[in-house]
Amino acid sequence: MSIRKVIERLLFLVVVIWTASTITFFIPRISKRNPIRERFGQLARTGGFSPDELEIIIESYSQKFGLDKPLWEQYADYIGGIARLDLGVSLYQYPKTVLELIQEAIPWTLGLLVVSTILSFIIGNSLGAVAAWPRAPRWLRSIATPFILFMGVPPVLLAVFLLFFVAFRLKALPLGGAYSIGVIPDQSLEFYLDVLRHQLLPALALIFGTVGGWVLSMRGMGVTIQGEDYVLFAEHKGLSGFTIFRDYYLRNALLPQVTGFALALGNMVTSGIVIEQLFGLPGIGTVLYNAIKANDYLVIYGVVLFITIAIATLMVMVELLYPLIDPRIRE
Amino acid sequence: MEPVLRINNLQVTYYTDAGRARALDGVSLTLNAGEKLGLVGESGSGKSTMALAMMHMIKPPGRIEEGQVIVGDTDLTTLTKEEMLKARLEKITYIPQGAMNSLNPVMRIGAQMVDAIKAHYKSPSKAEMAEMSMDSLESVDLDRSVFKMYPHELSGGMKQRVCIAIGILLKPQVIIADEPTSALDVVTQRQVMETIDRVQETLGAAIILIGHDMGLMAQFVDKVAVMYTGRLMELSTVREMFTNPQHPYAQALISSLPSLDNKGVFQGIPGLAPALLRLPSGCAFHPRCQHTTEICTTMLPRLEQMEGGRMVACHLYTEQV
Ligand SMILES: Nc1ncnc2c1ncn2[C@@H]1O[C@H](COP(=O)(O)OP(=O)(O)OP(=O)(O)O)[C@@H](O)[C@H]1O
Ligand code: SF4
Ligand SMILES: [Mg+2]
Repeated sequence: MSIRKVIERLLFLVVVIWTASTITFFIPRISKRNPIRERFGQLARTGGFSPDELEIIIESYSQKFGLDKPLWEQYADYIGGIARLDLGVSLYQYPKTVLELIQEAIPWTLGLLVVSTILSFIIGNSLGAVAAWPRAPRWLRSIATPFILFMGVPPVLLAVFLLFFVAFRLKALPLGGAYSIGVIPDQSLEFYLDVLRHQLLPALALIFGTVGGWVLSMRGMGVTIQGEDYVLFAEHKGLSGFTIFRDYYLRNALLPQVTGFALALGNMVTSGIVIEQLFGLPGIGTVLYNAIKANDYLVIYGVVLFITIAIATLMVMVELLYPLIDPRIRE
Repeated sequence: MEPVLRINNLQVTYYTDAGRARALDGVSLTLNAGEKLGLVGESGSGKSTMALAMMHMIKPPGRIEEGQVIVGDTDLTTLTKEEMLKARLEKITYIPQGAMNSLNPVMRIGAQMVDAIKAHYKSPSKAEMAEMSMDSLESVDLDRSVFKMYPHELSGGMKQRVCIAIGILLKPQVIIADEPTSALDVVTQRQVMETIDRVQETLGAAIILIGHDMGLMAQFVDKVAVMYTGRLMELSTVREMFTNPQHPYAQALISSLPSLDNKGVFQGIPGLAPALLRLPSGCAFHPRCQHTTEICTTMLPRLEQMEGGRMVACHLYTEQV
């Protein structure tokens, strides 16, 4: 991969981020709603300050957030802010910044979604590869079938089932939360195990809901690859079945799957947001959910922007790393 | 001279949904060291099946029903699975039909040679294996630097050469080349054939060259075997085959070759090759043969030796006596 290509891809990433930022900037402004007025309007109704006082408060806050400036200046501030990783402040948890909210939530989300996506990728592709390999034992090949059946079921629905049967009925695992009530987070093994117990059900829901897709696509790919001339020639060379499976069959069948990985993580976010909410996990999904409920615009758009950037970055990374596994792409 | 390859009564059946297809029906032949046999026949006549059966690579729904493939003094059909893996490349080697796609696109050429060596020899050093591979590349007129290259960096002719280099890596006694030049341009075809010819002579190996191109074949082989519906019809020296073919099918094949004398006239063999599932009774060629007699429709002609050592399977020659 040439330096030129790397720079090209990085520029592309900047354009994606800029486009996403511009969209998240303009959408709330087009809607003509004034979040500050709404917020203090609510407070005025319950908290009882006079309309005059309300106007003063709104004005001073508008000034504070720069909403009194002309649009282009606001836009410049906003884009400048993003360049400095400043996504603004939460209107509801002021003075907490959006970035702070995201930072607090991100370990939970990363832990759940990334680990689930990776596990799903590994399990699904292994099962799919074996299912298509004619020399694998029959029982091993058939393990894949039930996973394909799960494919039609949305992870969220699986989560509800798991919650009901495993957590509610059997009481085998906790019903929700990031860790047990009363536990104080520290670096102890006990704490981590407790967290793991709480992550198990949501992770299972996400994995089971997505593994079938990998199985199916990998099995299809495997059927194609095993008929390739280079696999047959490898047999003519007298290589062991395992070597052929690993170096000739799996390596080639995996190539398109790797491209799908970034995309899968994007899809995982969609399910993950609802599942975090369902299990009461303090991740990005929950931050987003609360922000939507409270009309906390800056947080909503900050989170959306963050997710967009994260996935775009991941895709560019996969694209930049892809030549490492496929020499034909190198120059 | 002790023959280096003996095939006895080799039979292969494909068990398809529509029925049993006997793709190879009692083929026998022997080859001496250094001998070159050309195997010709229409598409579907069982040439590749024979090659695969010799390599013990017939896959379900196919099965080797019986017969022996003896290389040197080893009967390959009695080997265990592991022993057969070892025999490939060491005793008998296959140079594939589709060299364009016979190399793993994500592995360097060197790695695809080294893994073959590793599969056969106990822990040679890295340097030894690289040396062996590069020597083999050199012997097929490739640069040693090809060792470090990827398949997509090579031309079609070079890829075919790499396949040959891999095939002869462990100095086998028998080489099977299945249409090794079918995807190459004429000039490259010739060069590759010359290379095969040379390495085979250096090794003193016997070679079976499978192909459709009778012209190309005539220049390189000593003997020609003609196959039809999984059976050998005639086996004779190139000279005899081209000047005086005996079997009516072989005669038809030879006379359908274009030459300056019959320019513009397109002479084929009337009729179509029969489907294996609906083979004609007796001699499978009888519906298309010009010399059919009554016995041809009822009795299978056996491959018999004629004077001069050539073999023919036709009632014209056996029933006269
Ligand atoms: N896997 C299979 N299943 C069923 N029948 C098969 C299979 N492979 C080959 N056959 C049949 O066996 C017969 C011989 O096929 P083979 O590939 O050996 O022919 P060939 O002489 O090599 O032809 P070509 O010149 O086209 O390469 C054909 O009739 C074919 O239909
Ligand atoms: S056996 Fe009869 S039908 Fe068959 S080739 Fe000879 S003459 Fe023709
Ligand atoms: Mg063939």
